[in-house]
Amino acid sequence: MVNIESIPLLLCLACLLPLGSFAIVALFGQWLRRWSILAGWLATGAILGSFLLSALALTGWLAAHPIAAGPAAALSGDWYTLGEFGSLRITIGYYVDALTLAMFLMVTLVATCIHVYSFGYMHEELGDVTDPLAPTADGRPLVRRGRFHRFYQHFSLFCFSMLGLVLAGNLAMVFMFWELVGICSYLLIGFYFERQSASNAANKAFIVNRVGDFGMLIGMMAIWSALGTFSFGDLKDDLGHVSRPGIFSQVRPADKQHALTVPDRMVVQSARTEIDQILNTADNLHAAGDQIRARLPEWRKQGYGYWLLVVGGLGIFCGCVGKSAQFPLHVWLPDAMEGPTPVSALIHAATMVAAGVYLVGRFYPVFTPEVLLVIACVGCITLFMAATIAIVATDIKRVLAYSTISQLGYMMLGLGLGGWVAGLFHLLTHAFFKSLLFLCSGSVIHATGTNEMPEMGGLLKKMPWTAYTMLAGCLAISGAGIPLLIGLSGYYSKDSILAQAFAFKNLHPMHGWLFYAAALGAAITAFYMFRLWYMTFLGKPRREEIHGHAHESPRVMVLPLVVLATLAVIAGWPEPISHFSLSSLVEQARPLGTEAGTAAGQLMPDVSMPAEPEKLHYADAVHVPVSMIAFLAGLSGFVLATLLYCFGTLDPEDARKTFAPIHCFLQHKWWFDELYDRLLVRPVLCVCGWVARFDSQGIDWLVDGLARSTRAVARLDDWIDRVFVDGLVDGAARTMYNVGLLLRRVQTGKLRQYVMFLAVATVTLFILVSWYWNYAVGG
Amino acid sequence: MNLLTQPISLSHYLVVGAVLFVTGIVCMATKRNVLGVLMGIELVLNGAGINFVAFGSTRLRADASYCLGLDGQFITLFVIVLAAAEAAAALGIALAYYNNHTTIDVDQGNELKG
Repeated sequence: MVNIESIPLLLCLACLLPLGSFAIVALFGQWLRRWSILAGWLATGAILGSFLLSALALTGWLAAHPIAAGPAAALSGDWYTLGEFGSLRITIGYYVDALTLAMFLMVTLVATCIHVYSFGYMHEELGDVTDPLAPTADGRPLVRRGRFHRFYQHFSLFCFSMLGLVLAGNLAMVFMFWELVGICSYLLIGFYFERQSASNAANKAFIVNRVGDFGMLIGMMAIWSALGTFSFGDLKDDLGHVSRPGIFSQVRPADKQHALTVPDRMVVQSARTEIDQILNTADNLHAAGDQIRARLPEWRKQGYGYWLLVVGGLGIFCGCVGKSAQFPLHVWLPDAMEGPTPVSALIHAATMVAAGVYLVGRFYPVFTPEVLLVIACVGCITLFMAATIAIVATDIKRVLAYSTISQLGYMMLGLGLGGWVAGLFHLLTHAFFKSLLFLCSGSVIHATGTNEMPEMGGLLKKMPWTAYTMLAGCLAISGAGIPLLIGLSGYYSKDSILAQAFAFKNLHPMHGWLFYAAALGAAITAFYMFRLWYMTFLGKPRREEIHGHAHESPRVMVLPLVVLATLAVIAGWPEPISHFSLSSLVEQARPLGTEAGTAAGQLMPDVSMPAEPEKLHYADAVHVPVSMIAFLAGLSGFVLATLLYCFGTLDPEDARKTFAPIHCFLQHKWWFDELYDRLLVRPVLCVCGWVARFDSQGIDWLVDGLARSTRAVARLDDWIDRVFVDGLVDGAARTMYNVGLLLRRVQTGKLRQYVMFLAVATVTLFILVSWYWNYAVGG
Repeated sequence: MNLLTQPISLSHYLVVGAVLFVTGIVCMATKRNVLGVLMGIELVLNGAGINFVAFGSTRLRADASYCLGLDGQFITLFVIVLAAAEAAAALGIALAYYNNHTTIDVDQGNELKG
């Protein structure tokens, strides 16, 4: 049996396995060439190993904390200290609770399915690939070497980063892995980087995410500077005493029943002027400290430091907005569909985009009611907007992309309205049915070679496995079920979010629109999902040559579909129906102090969050009407889609003409891309143009001028060097030469003459010396 | 003062040395034969030797502070030894010279003329 203390290590190992696979493939992948399928085996084996380790860890956890026993404390701690700056520390640590385990299980399971599926889908990358969509200079289609191993290499890196993000025990680590999944997403969106559209989409995703991450950095700074720690949980010393309190226990101290409290350090941070005054007037530091401590509750009541908490929360949420493609940063996700379909399924549907929702859930204890309301509003706008756009999209993957945005909006709405379990439960079930839907669409694309739904049709007979598993996915996402009895996974999770919105509406009738928009969104969801299914699988084949070539996908692709379809059906079942309930598992990890909802905030005193209906005594009063409303909404969407696209009772063409302005508005995706183009891209490009012109004219002129003047000075130096310095040296040499020429005459070579010279010279010297000697010495 | 009428003194020795010296110099300057030149050199050296012996004689110079004493004779001995060594080397040169020029006329050896 697994010891509870060893769970973090197991999860760490599960996280590191894909990293090992990545490292091996990255180092040796380029020599594989013909054997690049080995890279696939390695990556799949690694993620399968991670799944088994996660499952093992979960059994250990459940043995120590049975679900019936209620909430279980998280395991947290540090493995390694990266740096220590006074009281500020950056560490590598872990924070493990039931949510972590559920995420590990979900990520590894979905990733394993998609790894297997990709063997079929990416098959043609094994040999040389002809890419008709990538332009070359001579107009012929590009032929390049297959990148099978590179695909799995990026996948492994992604799995490592995603698991690390979930396991992370502090914000700094979260941010690190946050960026790592971002770069994996960038690499995989741009997998076919020879295509202009793919490289543009990759850049767009990366840049839009930077906008969100900037907000996240601000939030992190606000929290770090005030609280001096990034850690979620407390750090305990060997005796079990808390040596360094984490963020959660500072914001929700145990001695205040885990109610949201502005930490002392934040109050002190904000009340700087008052504290300076006290320090100036007090007699000594001791007295000043007492005085400050005495006035802390008063300051807290006045709202000092509350803003800091709000800024921290909003900043972190900003990062989540980028990563989870929420309004207004949702524009990158539909374009990200340029990547291969398994990438869309794993990264842009099931895991990475859900990381934003996960972080909101993880950081939930720190959010004030105001921040939560912002989260709910953003989520609600997102879910409605994306759902409407999905109605008119014709690219099968784009429909699913907008559907993903919409469902992520649901999760944010649920979390924002106080439905902690509801939001995260939907995250888990959504991962299963949305990855299923993407894989099914991939199977269809694989068979037909096109993304456009108007070119498909009548594929039910050709590919029944794909069609029926996709039907299961459509039913799950539409929340199909027999009300109050049993349903598919989406039924439970979406109903709990709607119930939360309903409870919030009851508490604050002013914010009822959140519920109505969500209910309407449910109807639209059912509509566009069945529109997609009908257009793809039913009706007459619209293009014979495509229909003729279509065939059921190989078994390696169908098997993951069946596994995921099964999960899409059963993953949400609550306790009486199944032995193991995902929502109860998540419930174990509920942050302390949020069971009874949230008290009103200081900035908006009338906003408080209700507890989840499952926890309320009037639960039935919420669940019965909500189930009926959700059922009717889904049913109406389904019926409308059936009438339009199955029976043809109504002609979609007529509807398009009748609502031409709306259709145009939706087809242009609410004009967001155009708006950003006018508002941001073009001004930036314009400024860039100015800067470029200044650079090429102003700065280049300056640099060129400097160079030219340097050359002129150098030429002058050269002249001086040649004329004066060289003249001096040459002159000296020439003089010596001439003297030498003169002196050579003396060298006659006649010995007797030399002797004569010697004699004459000696005599002369003698005479001269004796002559002057008298003058000099004798005087 | 007439040297011829004086008793033998230092000056007489010096005169003999000077005559020998000048004779040697003239011999060197006028002889074209290498051997003649060498003889001139010997005369010059011997002239110098006589001077040293004369200056070293205690009998000729009563004032001891100006007398070289035995040193003079030793220097002369050195000069003689050196002259012998020099003669040996010079005769070797003369032989080599003859090998190159088939003559011992020094005027023919003007290859180092400037």
